[in-house]
Amino acid sequence: MKLTCSKFEQILKSGRLALTAEIGPPKHTSPEGVISNARLLKDCVDAANVTDCQSAVVRMSSMAASLHILQNGLEPIFQVTCRDRNRIAIQSDLLGAYSLGIKNVLCLSGDHQVFGNHPTAKNVYDLDSVQLIQLTRRMRDEKLFFSGEAFKAYEPRFFVGAVANPFADPFEYRVDRLEKKINAGAEFIQTQCIYDMERFYRFMEMCTRRGLHERAYILAGVIPLKNWRAARYIQTKVPGMIVPEDIIRRLKDAEDPKAEGLDICVEQIQYIREQIKGISGFHIMAINWEEAVSGIIRRAGLCRSETPDKEKE
Amino acid sequence: MIIAEQKPLKEVADFIKDCNKVLVAGCGGCVTVCLSGGEKETEILASALRIKRRIEGKPLETVTYTATRQCDPEFIEAMESVVRDVDAVISLACGVGPQYLAERYQDKPVYPALNTKFAGGSRTHGVWEEYCGLCGDCILHRTGGICPVIRCPKSILNGPCGGSQNGKCEIGQEVDCVWQLIHDRLKRLGRLDLLKEIAPLKDWSKSRDGGPRRMTREDVMI
Repeated sequence: MKLTCSKFEQILKSGRLALTAEIGPPKHTSPEGVISNARLLKDCVDAANVTDCQSAVVRMSSMAASLHILQNGLEPIFQVTCRDRNRIAIQSDLLGAYSLGIKNVLCLSGDHQVFGNHPTAKNVYDLDSVQLIQLTRRMRDEKLFFSGEAFKAYEPRFFVGAVANPFADPFEYRVDRLEKKINAGAEFIQTQCIYDMERFYRFMEMCTRRGLHERAYILAGVIPLKNWRAARYIQTKVPGMIVPEDIIRRLKDAEDPKAEGLDICVEQIQYIREQIKGISGFHIMAINWEEAVSGIIRRAGLCRSETPDKEKE
Repeated sequence: MIIAEQKPLKEVADFIKDCNKVLVAGCGGCVTVCLSGGEKETEILASALRIKRRIEGKPLETVTYTATRQCDPEFIEAMESVVRDVDAVISLACGVGPQYLAERYQDKPVYPALNTKFAGGSRTHGVWEEYCGLCGDCILHRTGGICPVIRCPKSILNGPCGGSQNGKCEIGQEVDCVWQLIHDRLKRLGRLDLLKEIAPLKDWSKSRDGGPRRMTREDVMI
């Protein structure tokens, strides 16, 4: 298949374990934080997701923040949710983002606005994530707008990604839904953050049995925890998450909870690398703790110089 | 049916604070069934307004009338004699009623006593739930007879999203994940294959997005 110009795609295609991080745009107009995070992360990861008003909180647009990141040496993965824009606005943003040099797009439904700072807002959801994947691919491959109207020229050639949450229900349908996203055209998949290794193991076993890891690059998501309260928050307040009690206990008992959180994260990456088949990379989401990423990568043995070969299989 | 609930008394009383005589008009349709705007509720609202105004030292006169339906011009027409000498009309119908009244009685202020909520039915006595989004293009044949357009807060057509857990929706424990229900039902019917198809973009022009809707049937026109 014809490559896009995404470096992130080239790394995945080369068989090297890919690393991505996450950058959350600010709740103001200064790009300084985004820029300093881009500089901090550019030498340790291959690309960074730029969230689209995550948790339905108003932030600098994902497109603008993606451009700041791109201009500072890090390839952005432009996140697009279906919550706030209809099919006209989304396509307009896809054209605009591509014109700015953004090459990767991640298609999501988006958290419901009830979680954010404008819970009385009207939501859009004109289309859903599966439809967005399919139509963004069709835009690229068949040069068609979502309506079916043809492009004259300069179609956006995005590398198209999606998310999968192995910890949501119904569990037995989660692999089906991932397959549906891959059938729709998702080329890379980033999972929700993983704490329940047993469940993730079963999930990936089903994926590899169906050969899904050969049809899309699956990146395992991890989030380092700063303390037990953060773990409890994710366990109880973030939709569709599972955090086992023993992780909370380890953080509670630790003398230095931050160090313990990093240890847990490194152990998780090592476990996934060694025990779980079908993983093409890691998505390290350390929002507001970006400085932790390089240490995690080094300790997990994922530094660029140490992972030259194909690790799949 | 259309489910509606009464506005707080104070809000309704404020609408008519300058009136001396009002018509309180109930409706014999859906709002009678959902116990918010039938004959009984109309009498209770009229007497509550009178009591409030008497306490405030500015007595109010009320006339009550419950139309067979307020969504039918012939029943609105029949109200002419009671509308004539009041200062304003308070309608206990769904949002259709006040508009029909305003259209027919051009010089008369009309106020809504209800908030029209949704199309649905009763779950148990005293509990009503939304079932239909009135989207104009029914897809229940693909979803096991369970509507994701209105019962999923994101109207996802290829669900469930990543926020579904233990059968509940991410927006709250009191909301069932409708895609869990759809999945379970299709599984029972042996039709999980329906979920493998990518549901296409919805044609929202058949919903409110296409502008106010009108249905015409020449076969029943006179």
